[in-house]
Amino acid sequence: MKNTIAERILDFLKGFPPFDALTHEQLFSIATQVKVHYIEKDNYIFKQNEDLHDSFYVVKDGAIGIYRGNSLVDECDEGDIFGLRALIRKDQYLLDAKAIEESIVYSMSSKVLEDIIITNPKANQFLIASFATNTRNPYSEEDKGTLFANESFLQPNTNSFTEVQSANFSKNPIVCQAHTIIKDACIVMSARKVGSIIITENKQPIGIITDKDLRNKIATGLHTISEEVESIMSAPVITFPPTITVAEAQIAMLKNEISHLCITADGTPNSELIGILSEHDIIVMHGNNPSVLIKEIKRATSAESLKFIREKAQELLKNYIEQHIPISFIANIISAINDAITKRIILLSITEIQEEPPVPFAWLAIGSQGRKEQLLLTDQDNALVFEDVSEDKKEATTSYFLKLAKGINNKLNTVGFELCPANMMASNPKWCLSVTEWKAQFKNWITHPDQDKIMLCNIFFDYDLVYGNHELVDEMSTSIFEAIDSYEIFLNFMGRDALKNPAPLSFFRNFLVEDSGEHKDQFDIKARAIMPLVDAARLLVLSHNTKDVNSTIARFKKLAEIEPQTKDLYESCISAFRILLRFRTQQGLKNNDSGRFIDLNSLSKADRLKLKGCFKPIKDIQDLLKIRFKLSQLL
Amino acid sequence: MNWFKRKTYPDFYNAYAESFKGKNNPLEATRFIVFDTETTGLNPNEDLILSIGTVTIQNFSIDVSDSLECYVQQEHFNADTVKIHGILKAGSIRKIEETEAIKLFLKHIEGAVLVAHHIAFDVAMINQALQRMDLPKLKNKLVDTGQLYKKTKYVKDHTHYSLDQLCNTFNITMHDRHTASGDAYLTAVLFLKFAALLKKKKNRDLRLSDF
Repeated sequence: MKNTIAERILDFLKGFPPFDALTHEQLFSIATQVKVHYIEKDNYIFKQNEDLHDSFYVVKDGAIGIYRGNSLVDECDEGDIFGLRALIRKDQYLLDAKAIEESIVYSMSSKVLEDIIITNPKANQFLIASFATNTRNPYSEEDKGTLFANESFLQPNTNSFTEVQSANFSKNPIVCQAHTIIKDACIVMSARKVGSIIITENKQPIGIITDKDLRNKIATGLHTISEEVESIMSAPVITFPPTITVAEAQIAMLKNEISHLCITADGTPNSELIGILSEHDIIVMHGNNPSVLIKEIKRATSAESLKFIREKAQELLKNYIEQHIPISFIANIISAINDAITKRIILLSITEIQEEPPVPFAWLAIGSQGRKEQLLLTDQDNALVFEDVSEDKKEATTSYFLKLAKGINNKLNTVGFELCPANMMASNPKWCLSVTEWKAQFKNWITHPDQDKIMLCNIFFDYDLVYGNHELVDEMSTSIFEAIDSYEIFLNFMGRDALKNPAPLSFFRNFLVEDSGEHKDQFDIKARAIMPLVDAARLLVLSHNTKDVNSTIARFKKLAEIEPQTKDLYESCISAFRILLRFRTQQGLKNNDSGRFIDLNSLSKADRLKLKGCFKPIKDIQDLLKIRFKLSQLL
Repeated sequence: MNWFKRKTYPDFYNAYAESFKGKNNPLEATRFIVFDTETTGLNPNEDLILSIGTVTIQNFSIDVSDSLECYVQQEHFNADTVKIHGILKAGSIRKIEETEAIKLFLKHIEGAVLVAHHIAFDVAMINQALQRMDLPKLKNKLVDTGQLYKKTKYVKDHTHYSLDQLCNTFNITMHDRHTASGDAYLTAVLFLKFAALLKKKKNRDLRLSDF
């Protein structure tokens, strides 16, 4: 029987996760069982400690605020789900749900939840993640892993390196039938600008004609163009499954002396044709292989050719992100490429000056580049340290390194790492110093901290040796720890700085929801989510006197080792950081910018939930800093 | 003819009539059935019911599972109103006999309070159908949302408020307008809003007699 109202409810629900993961029949069955509630502004749907209702809720119109006591935990708008935790835990309500605006809310029974949603893995993961983000302690044994349940499900499991090398074949190959006239087949090939056409029968590949066949069999006069393709096609074809790797493809082409492989659904000629892999595709793929890029970098003789290679690396980055390669792996590869480019540029610049460096020196990447967390092309941040020289040689040495740094900075600019607008570059005399000068500078920053100096510490303490003398860098690191030891209050100053940007609570329509109940319309993912984690990791590692761990992920891993009692929180910080870094990189690639400012209009419910899951560990790590560095008194 | 004055009715009607005896439900347990009919025209004496749509409100929530939507096979056909309700004489929607529809409807509204926008017309249409089946008129308590709206205000007025007007005033997005079920749903949402306003005006919990 027709059910207009249920159809209308279905139309609404299907626009939102987890309902979008259900089949039409399942969703219709849910829609016929919905109850519709009208809630006036400031009225409650449930209150803390109230007995469980046998249903959960979805906002249809209006807005529902979720409160713990008087403090706002979340705001739910159209399509958001609430009241789920209590239902799944079969527990009293721990939070209040109150209409912030006049609202219409759908309720669905626990039976709907159990029968339909829980049995759908995708929908289930979404629901678990959605209530975990409002749980007081999502790291507890009971709720462990729930905070990012959504993320792990949305990402296919591709942790193996072979995936990186899986061959990227062309989908939708050009096909014709066995009785097609050769001339007609060639017209199609010309029009589509392809060098091959596959002959299929019931969608299965039975033969192939390539440019080579046309040359050998038609142009020589052996066959005429009015014959059927069957008379000149090469058969049978060599087939592989879509999981074929580059190495397998190359071997197959060599062994069979052919240039094209057919990709079929199950890898045999008796299944549907889904693509074609040509020798040309393999060559293109090789051009975008990190080890080939690094070889090319080493051979490059100008900044212009390095620029071209860096652009290829950008393509590589795009592919990795699309293929859901683990973000730490991507970061390592891109950093290795960036380091290789920088090293090459340093060597080219030394050659250009036509004079060897007077004393050993080291080139340092600082800030996000020092942490190996810079995946997109941004402006450069670097510094230079050189060995101490006697007073009479000081001026000449400094001017040599400034000249060298100037050349390096300009070439990096040519490659695409723009000059730093804040002039945090080695060509700035302030950041091109002897090791003793650096040590004095660090000591000054640490023992006389002010806001500017703390900011410099945050940038310069994350250095990474790109080229040159390791001992100089060790000496710098040791001096930092010695200075901090003698002036521990410095860590409290750093702590205060690390708390300057609290994470938002969640998203509401096109706003960020703040702790204060305020709304902001722009989301700065760098300042509000990534940097709080970076700053917290740096501070905690410094407080443990731990040297030589520079990336945020490595720092949290180290912290989890040192403090097993806080391991769960640190691991959540790692997960959050990975998600945020990937998200920012995706945004940057999509919009061709730094990816820093997120347009809230562009975020789907699933994106919002994913980001919201990251806010929780940020808030908790900031709370930890507050207690550990006694910041509530300092603030 | 004697046949018209019979005192005994079929079982389904007796069950319906029985459902109103000795019942005095508290408001929370009262089933309000919000309904609408689409018809071939606006004259209850000539026009016929093409479809009936209902939704149930209990304890101030709309229960989608307790609803009825049926389309009626009619010989009489008025091409002029097709553009309003969209129901074609030989359309693809499954249709049932009028007697069958009335039986389903009576079963559905047993013991309930009927709610509709300008309910007099819809009730007249149903009563005409009942008469064709030689059955008495509807017995349910009736609530008109047009009147209910006037009760929520302090001033008396005689304005005729259309469903469209009220939906606009109360920011209700109109979907499926001019289908019986769609209009019944819109009327149900209005009913919930008016009940909330009335409660605020009276500053106490509502009683059935308030409607």
